[in-house]
Amino acid sequence: MNYKQPLELNGLLLQLDLFLRGNLPPFWASLIEGLLILIAVLAAYAVIALILIYAERKVTAFFQARLGPNRVGKYGFIQSIADMIKILIKEIIHINRVDRFLFYAAPFFVICASVMAFGAIPFGQGLQAVDFNIGIVYVLAVSSLGIIGVLLAGWSSNNKYSMIGAMRSGAQFISYELSAAFALMTIVVMTGTMQLSEIVENQRYAWNIFNGHIPAIVAFVIYLISGHAETNRAPFDLPEAEGELTAGYHTEYSGMQFGFYYLAEYLNMFIIAAIATTVFLGGWMPIQIKGMDAFNQIMWYIPSYVWFIGKTAVLVFISLWVRWSFPRLRIDLLLNLEWKYLLPINLVNILIMVLIVLAGWTLTDLFPILFGN
Amino acid sequence: MRDIQQFISKTVSDAVIEQKQKFTVTVAPEQAYSLIKALHDNEELPFDYLISLTGMDWEDKLGVIYLLSSSGDLSKEIVVITATEDRDNPLLYSVTDIYETAHLNEREAYAMFGIRFINNPDMRRFLLSDDWKGFPLRKDYDGNPGLNPITIVNKEIVDIAPRIMEDAKGNLIESTVKVFEDDDYIVNIGPQHPSTHGVMHFRTALNGEIVKKIDVKSGYIHRGIEKLCESLTYPQILHFTDRLDYLSANINRHALCMCVEKAVGIEVPPRAEYIRVIMDELNRISSHLLAFAAHCNDLGATTAFIYGMREREHILDIFDKTCGGRLIINQDVIGGVMFDIYTDFQKDVKAFIPYMRDKLKEYDDFFSHNPIVLRRMIGVGNLSFTDAVSYGVTGPAGRGSGWSCDVRKYKPYSLYDRIEFKEVIRTEGDSYARYLNRLDEIEVSLQIIEQLIDNIPEGNIVGTVKPVLRLPEGQYFQSVETGKGEFGVFIESKGDKHPYRVKFRSPSLSAVSVMPLICKNELLSDFIGIGGSMDYVIPDIDR
Repeated sequence: MNYKQPLELNGLLLQLDLFLRGNLPPFWASLIEGLLILIAVLAAYAVIALILIYAERKVTAFFQARLGPNRVGKYGFIQSIADMIKILIKEIIHINRVDRFLFYAAPFFVICASVMAFGAIPFGQGLQAVDFNIGIVYVLAVSSLGIIGVLLAGWSSNNKYSMIGAMRSGAQFISYELSAAFALMTIVVMTGTMQLSEIVENQRYAWNIFNGHIPAIVAFVIYLISGHAETNRAPFDLPEAEGELTAGYHTEYSGMQFGFYYLAEYLNMFIIAAIATTVFLGGWMPIQIKGMDAFNQIMWYIPSYVWFIGKTAVLVFISLWVRWSFPRLRIDLLLNLEWKYLLPINLVNILIMVLIVLAGWTLTDLFPILFGN
Repeated sequence: MRDIQQFISKTVSDAVIEQKQKFTVTVAPEQAYSLIKALHDNEELPFDYLISLTGMDWEDKLGVIYLLSSSGDLSKEIVVITATEDRDNPLLYSVTDIYETAHLNEREAYAMFGIRFINNPDMRRFLLSDDWKGFPLRKDYDGNPGLNPITIVNKEIVDIAPRIMEDAKGNLIESTVKVFEDDDYIVNIGPQHPSTHGVMHFRTALNGEIVKKIDVKSGYIHRGIEKLCESLTYPQILHFTDRLDYLSANINRHALCMCVEKAVGIEVPPRAEYIRVIMDELNRISSHLLAFAAHCNDLGATTAFIYGMREREHILDIFDKTCGGRLIINQDVIGGVMFDIYTDFQKDVKAFIPYMRDKLKEYDDFFSHNPIVLRRMIGVGNLSFTDAVSYGVTGPAGRGSGWSCDVRKYKPYSLYDRIEFKEVIRTEGDSYARYLNRLDEIEVSLQIIEQLIDNIPEGNIVGTVKPVLRLPEGQYFQSVETGKGEFGVFIESKGDKHPYRVKFRSPSLSAVSVMPLICKNELLSDFIGIGGSMDYVIPDIDR
């Protein structure tokens, strides 16, 4: 069934592609397209970070009975831009006794890992820079590169707070990476593919979280917890616990170097929410009910990227809610939570998922008339 | 006290016993230790709580005034005075092995008076840097700034402590001891750190993330208030008290006012007493709210921090409307209060009481039962009853260890003997007990205000006070219960319009001195959390 999709961008992109390929040799066409995508991804990266920072400040203010930014522009809308300009022109303070090469390289590891993961996210129909057939493995792999930057920062800063922060971060990240990966693998067991576009396509009538019912919901919750932990945000912000370690691993950084860590932290929050959306909540796919064409058509009038951003925003809001409600965990509690609870639950959960898939108890198998593709 | 008198005469035959404002015993330096030890160990009424240890310079002699009390009954107090005539190398015996709180106090007395204490295990100067020239609180101190120039160069911290010990044969041996071991991983927490609640410096030896040893360094904002007081008249020194524990500013000031009023015999009009007590209790609520907020912030809960500040703002507004000040309100003066209450004062306070109760419930729902909070507070930072007494930890923290130590109950001042209120005591001794104690004390304070707010009598707000105040010769003590614990004022007067010596007993100093004990073998994160639960204020320590 083809629905009208007046606001989708994929037609426009197709035209652009045809135009370039019609007028240029294939190599140059690919190169120019590559550059355009690069610019688009970086621009989206920066813009989403700015919006997230503004949104977080406003949402936090709401939780904390404050007003939040309200001076620069109407409702403080351009506060983020002012902050960005400030941080760009800020002096980078050169620290004397650091390991220079590693110290300056560390922020790039973090930001690169974050951008690389960001690039693989399907933002909407046709809005995906690369669509690997092992998309999930790719995302997990590149996002875990970021920890190298954190460890290097802690080590090279030659500062005890940074060092403790980095060590905490190492322990935390490696632990929770396991849970996050296992949670996603649970869904891979069900969908039978690791390609993000296919995973989205499979969820046309039943989101994975409903399709796999109990084990999928468990996996979703575990993924949210461990993803939240990976982003180093409260209550898992031990690596930079400001009350204990002033700023943890990035204590010695200033100016835009600090800005990179800050940016990566916000974008990682977004990436975690985006992957959760894609894998569990149907990604950019609008809500559709099999057989109700009129309803489906109305849903399709809302473009896919709006669906994606909307679902992601809900998850980001939950992340903020958690962040501003809980006190910080202690390192032993943190590791207990992972190794004694989340990981065993996860392993059992995968097994249950395997049984459910084998026995044909997923919703699509049980009610193909309602949910089958 | 007759029994005690006999007891003392039996222990030390040539002690001079006098009944001044307090029961006072003067003994020779060699006998002071054995007398204090006997008082401490006596079973009938053990004087196991050292309220304050005050260094003194009487020009012909250098000495120490110990104010002892009993943990079972704070109203029983004995003053023990001892002094040595040797000004060049004054030596007294340390009481650190009897009262742990004496340790930092003796180091302070060394820094300020040059009195060294035999058998104190670590005789570095407290509050002053190791290379300070002269002893500031001595009467013959040369205050020439050239002697102690301000340096802009980093000074290395020397972790070697001198000490002077007595061996079994009675010989004095001077030696040094290393504060840390050579391969200790030492992290400086402070003096510039978000969670030390001021410019406090904890040198912390870590074993992984576990705290192995803490060395307390203080004095980064030492202002010499006690020295300044000696050259100012009594009304002029009032404002210094506000700047000690600035969160209990009004209560501190109340103590000094009462001390002077009692010495001179000034009658405070009842209206002023009512205003004072209401303001004190409001001040206590705001202090506890800030303690709650800061404690939550130390545990990483920023939202709870803002909640505490939000409620505190209402109290500060009431202060603001009464006297223009918000934190430091300059309300009490000798003989009464400076400002009368404004027209809607009663209405505002009465509106605040139900509001605060509502919010206390919100704290309870939102934070007090959060599983992370419980894990991070219950069983963390255990302070036993014995240690609380030995370190002199009073206030909500001491009452969290089961020590009934409310000065308002035992040594009632102002209107407290006429008010009904409950003393909040918990016996667990952990961070959670201290945390809950503060929240419960807010409720108690609300009840106290409720009893007073409708009965404020009409009349003057200041009694008749002579323009120039001269305190009769003597020693005067006054204790009050601030938000942090027992705050004491000691004034020695020679009949002049200036005090001869002023000493403030700081509850925060005790709270900090116990930190190395209760944080040992806890995790670094918990060290910060425990600090929040002890609720100390640094200017109160540095003075």
